Amino acid sequence: METLSNETLLEMQRRMLRIRAFDERASKMVKRGHIPGTVHTSIGQEAQVVGATMALRPGDYTTGNHRSHGHPIGMGSPLGPLMAELVGKATGVCKGKGGSLHLADFAVGSLGESGIVGSSIPIAMGAALSASVRGTEQVALAFFGDGAANQGVLYESMNLSGVWNLPVVFLCENNQYALSTPAHTVTSGVIADRAAGFGMPGIRVEDGQDVLAVYDAVSTAVARARAGEGPSLVEVVTYRYNEHSEGLRLGTDYRPVDEREAWLKKDPIQLFREHLQSTGVSPAELDAMEAEVLAEVDEAVAFTDASPYPDPSVAFDDLYTDTEYAA
Amino acid sequence: MTVMSFLGAIGAAQREAMDADERVIIFGEDVEANVYGTTGAGKTRSDKGDFLQMYGRNRIRNTPISEESMVGAAAGAAMTGLRPIVDLSYSSFLYMAMDQFVNQVAKNRYMFGGQASMPVVFRSAMFYGLNTGAHHSDRPYPMFMNVPGLKIIAPSSPTDAKGLLRSAIDSDDPVLTFEACLLWGTKEDVPEEEFWIPLGEARTAREGTDVTVVAISSSVPEAVAAAEALAASEGVSVEVIDPRTLVPLDRDAILRSVHKTGRLVVAEPAHRTCGAAAEISAHVVEEAFGVLKAPIVRVTAPDMQIPFSTALEKQMYPTRHTIEAAIRRVLDLPASSEASELAAASAQ
Repeated sequence: METLSNETLLEMQRRMLRIRAFDERASKMVKRGHIPGTVHTSIGQEAQVVGATMALRPGDYTTGNHRSHGHPIGMGSPLGPLMAELVGKATGVCKGKGGSLHLADFAVGSLGESGIVGSSIPIAMGAALSASVRGTEQVALAFFGDGAANQGVLYESMNLSGVWNLPVVFLCENNQYALSTPAHTVTSGVIADRAAGFGMPGIRVEDGQDVLAVYDAVSTAVARARAGEGPSLVEVVTYRYNEHSEGLRLGTDYRPVDEREAWLKKDPIQLFREHLQSTGVSPAELDAMEAEVLAEVDEAVAFTDASPYPDPSVAFDDLYTDTEYAA
Repeated sequence: MTVMSFLGAIGAAQREAMDADERVIIFGEDVEANVYGTTGAGKTRSDKGDFLQMYGRNRIRNTPISEESMVGAAAGAAMTGLRPIVDLSYSSFLYMAMDQFVNQVAKNRYMFGGQASMPVVFRSAMFYGLNTGAHHSDRPYPMFMNVPGLKIIAPSSPTDAKGLLRSAIDSDDPVLTFEACLLWGTKEDVPEEEFWIPLGEARTAREGTDVTVVAISSSVPEAVAAAEALAASEGVSVEVIDPRTLVPLDRDAILRSVHKTGRLVVAEPAHRTCGAAAEISAHVVEEAFGVLKAPIVRVTAPDMQIPFSTALEKQMYPTRHTIEAAIRRVLDLPASSEASELAAASAQ
């Protein structure tokens, strides 16, 4: 295991806290009607997200899915324009055109979340192709869930990136449910094992609540990609604490109570806090960090509240680079 | 000027673009062996493999038969600094990648608030009229005209094929080009030097004053032949407009011609319902109803699958005879015996 600086370890905790605080606030805002539509939170999956994004470096790329806020936050995207996007304000990171499902912040390498399960996987591969052709050392990482693991495009992309030896990491966020459907009921075999069929490493992180375990596994895959040794598949087993989407109330109890309680006891942020304290970080310092992150979210909401809605005419911009919309 | 075939013109445009800009790469099925004759430097198929030798494997890449990931990879590469040309060979293979075309290629720039640009070209050939049966004969460009965010070209001559493709490659937006195989062997003098034909500008293939025929893809030479026949037999002056670009469509050029002639026939090889001809007709009715002296007539493929047998297939697409019959109808001329028989057969 790589020895990480205290600064890096604290940054991991800070980014996990940001995701938690941002999503808890977003959840409340959906329930109060301040955010139109719905959002899909990453609460419970923070270690899986941050362990992956912290293994990347500036200039690298990610693509993601409908559980979408954690990925750009993990890449370091500022919270204000993200929150403004969720509300549909002009200052949103996508000018109010994307919303929760389609966050993107190219400034931090976030090439876009996708509302279509599996659809953004080849986009990451294309970014890796670009890096390979241009001869840079950039790496691309595709986030997708256990549901997307059964989309054909994943296997097309694993094959093609293997053939072309592309610097891409396929990161399966296995939170064990595709909405209400238990992954094991629709998934034959083990997802990570599927890598063998494409001649690439498949790593399964059994404890996806341990940010260092995720970081180690993804760092290995990223180092391999950066060294020109090709793609890898990393499957991280984790759990979402909230419903599939905020405000959703299903009549069926598809997740056993004892299962849920067991995973709640493995809160990645609490576990890492305990780890940091065991290495000598003071509780006061960690409390202060939590307060700072909550203040950041407050600022993001204030920024959002102070921002105007976009002018309706903006709906007709950005379709093409050089062609005006003709009614 | 030098004589070039339609395919040779495409190859020339691709070669010029590869020379001009190292961000341009080409990938697709069978491009390394120059199977379709557009990735070779020479004038004959025997020069196959030239692009691979000229530009190397980094920029000329065979792909597996995996359209969805090819199209997605091109989108991701375009969003991060390359300008890919994807050779999808047959147009009906585009359906395999529909999610990537509709949800990623077309939407990413818009839904990310303009952060992405998508400089990518998707080439595919429409193999209709060549006994390839229902799976290879599609003319699916109208489906993609229904997807905002894509630009679409359908060249009908070697010159247009070369000049439009250069503009497509230079465009920062995604362009789909639909090339009719029936036109592959067409030859004409084409400038050897680099030139660009702007997207969104129609070409007047033949000037006239009595009736406008807007024709698309392989219907353009058929419309010109019908116009020449009618000029000879009836003294009628037919104007033939080739939009060349279907998105953005040069609506002004079509309206200008209709204002001059007062009559419109629209001919295209795609299906009738919601085709380009339907859109063009509706637009002219909305904008120029007052100048129309006769109802618009569309000449299209019927809403029917394409059969294999020559005896069955040959009636499916516009021909000089069915276009001539349509022109006669809008001019209230007597149907010629040959044209009326064929039109009657095609209507059945």
